[in-house]
Amino acid sequence: MAGNVSTLAYVAQPRQRRSLRDPRWVRGALIGAALLFVTLFLVVPLAVVFTEALRKGPGAYFAALADRDALAAIRLTLLAASIAVPLNLIFGLAASWAIAKFEFRGKALLIALIELPFAVSPVISGLVYVLLFGAQGWFGPYLGAGDHRWLGPWANAHDIQIIFAVPGIVLATVFVTFPFVARELIPLMQAQGRDEELAALTLGATGWQTFRRVTLPNVKWGLFYGVVLCNARAMGEFGAVSVVSGHIRGETNTIPLHVEILYNEYNLQAAFAVASLLTLLALVTLVLKNLVELRHRRAREAAAASDLRQFAT
Amino acid sequence: MSIEARNISKHFGAFTALDGVDLKVGTGRLTALLGPSGSGKTTLLRIIAGLEFPDARGDPTAGRVFFHGEDVSDMAAGRRGVGFVFQHYALFRHMTVFDNIAFGLTVGPRKNRLPRAAIADRVRELLGLIQLDGLGRRLPDQLSGGQRQRVALARALAVQPKVLLLDEPFGALDAQVRKDLRRWLRQLHEKLHVTTVFVTHDQEEALELADEVVVMNQARIQQVGPPQEVYDRPASPFVIEFLGNVNRLAAGDGRLRPTDQSVLYVRPHDVDIQRDHADDHALRARILHVFSAGNYGRVSLQRADNGEHFEAEVARDRLHDLGLKQGDEVSVVFRHVRMFPQGKFAEADVSDGLLATTRPGYTPAHGAGENI
Repeated sequence: MAGNVSTLAYVAQPRQRRSLRDPRWVRGALIGAALLFVTLFLVVPLAVVFTEALRKGPGAYFAALADRDALAAIRLTLLAASIAVPLNLIFGLAASWAIAKFEFRGKALLIALIELPFAVSPVISGLVYVLLFGAQGWFGPYLGAGDHRWLGPWANAHDIQIIFAVPGIVLATVFVTFPFVARELIPLMQAQGRDEELAALTLGATGWQTFRRVTLPNVKWGLFYGVVLCNARAMGEFGAVSVVSGHIRGETNTIPLHVEILYNEYNLQAAFAVASLLTLLALVTLVLKNLVELRHRRAREAAAASDLRQFAT
Repeated sequence: MSIEARNISKHFGAFTALDGVDLKVGTGRLTALLGPSGSGKTTLLRIIAGLEFPDARGDPTAGRVFFHGEDVSDMAAGRRGVGFVFQHYALFRHMTVFDNIAFGLTVGPRKNRLPRAAIADRVRELLGLIQLDGLGRRLPDQLSGGQRQRVALARALAVQPKVLLLDEPFGALDAQVRKDLRRWLRQLHEKLHVTTVFVTHDQEEALELADEVVVMNQARIQQVGPPQEVYDRPASPFVIEFLGNVNRLAAGDGRLRPTDQSVLYVRPHDVDIQRDHADDHALRARILHVFSAGNYGRVSLQRADNGEHFEAEVARDRLHDLGLKQGDEVSVVFRHVRMFPQGKFAEADVSDGLLATTRPGYTPAHGAGENI
């Protein structure tokens, strides 16, 4: 049967013929150029971060991290990311599902809107929030305590601070990291088409069952990757957050802003120590992504091998 | 379970996919929807399945679909009891073959679901039916195209559908696998007797596999009938041109003597080539090429009178006896000619003298039964 043939082809990979290879010097030059580039632009900067961070020894390194302001910055960064990432996960999933699986008016506009945060400079996005929610902004005057006709007693009784406060930082982070999940999922879902969902429906699955058992598992790696990227950006975002933050030490500083302050104070070792946290985050997400992919591949190969054994017996 | 579609129209923007189509499919029949791409056949199938809906849905004048007399027009696809097989299989790519087939048995209302062990038994039974025992743990992309298509079929059959709908089931497979699967599907149908409708653009597939062929073109049904009938008694020029090879010849010349400008259709196997030049009423032609590979030789010819090209299919032995060469002058006799005066079918079987009665003003050449 055809299955035998395809399974064997799966195992036997013919060696490449010599005549199909490029000459040795071409291969060497290309690989060398690529390695040089990677070293200069990726490995060296990474190494610099950690050597600078550890120059005064591990004691100074951990002291810089345990600093009260540094801890506050870490907490705020984690808070902003833990709000922005789930929000954008849900939004990105919903938007890409709607865009990839359905036809509706204004679809092109929605796609353009999703991409907007990428097109706009983060500093501008930050400024937009200042213009909207700042003391002199559109909504600003209604946010302070006072007698505003349109608002309920609770809002009138409280000063609601958005700009130069935590809500502003969260808003700016959500805005800037808005497209990551959706951008990862839309092309994937479009390539997969609607047939599998329709098949599930004809088999009697409900809309929710179809989503949970067909749509979601099909995009889980894309979704995971989108979330990883979204999280990295949420924690690393500088421009937009910088505009709305106000740089109040211990209160409205995130990790990147704290690094900048330390750097401006010529406290290079501490700046790099805190920066190394973000670098570690990047390395961990990379390793995580590769591990997950590896496990996925292993599982598939194991399934194929078990079938091979069945044929052999 | 019989299927009836009544007055189905469907537009996609400015494009008319279906234009007032009526279709009846008898219980237990294997029916082919045959037509070129864009003829509306897949849309009709999807409307029957409940994956698309006719225009003006909810309006009393909208097209309706009945299963065994029951109106299912407003029923969701999942509740119609149809098994649908997609052209590109649409297997759940992250699930094993086993889970794919079991899917339909694990999603219904909880109280109707089979116990786990019964589901496993049913899946194993289906794996046997599609001859893929032992491949349950594979993922779809570890299977060949033909295997995937059979898994898709098993998945659709698992829920014991009352109606089986297949969209270009063999469209994505290569010729040999296609033939094997076709035969296998026919056997399966004999065994299960589920009312089945399949879409195809391959006339050979439709004629070989189906009990009944529905020929579609430009959003309408052109003809419905058993394969033999649509092939032998095509209702329109479209049907004869779409089903099998056919020569299209102008009739307005000295020997083929109709009074109006019309077209004759002659199947290549109804063209007989003769060497002797005794009969000067026979059509004269010159041989352009002889392709002699296979059981039948194909001879391409050019009419002497008006230069039209046409083809003949000649049995290998006959071809050998004639010893035809490129450039030879021969006589040609048409055993069977079809015409469509005013778009209607008229058969012209020379041996019956039918031609004389169906074609006013036409006199068969002397020695009717031999030549036109």
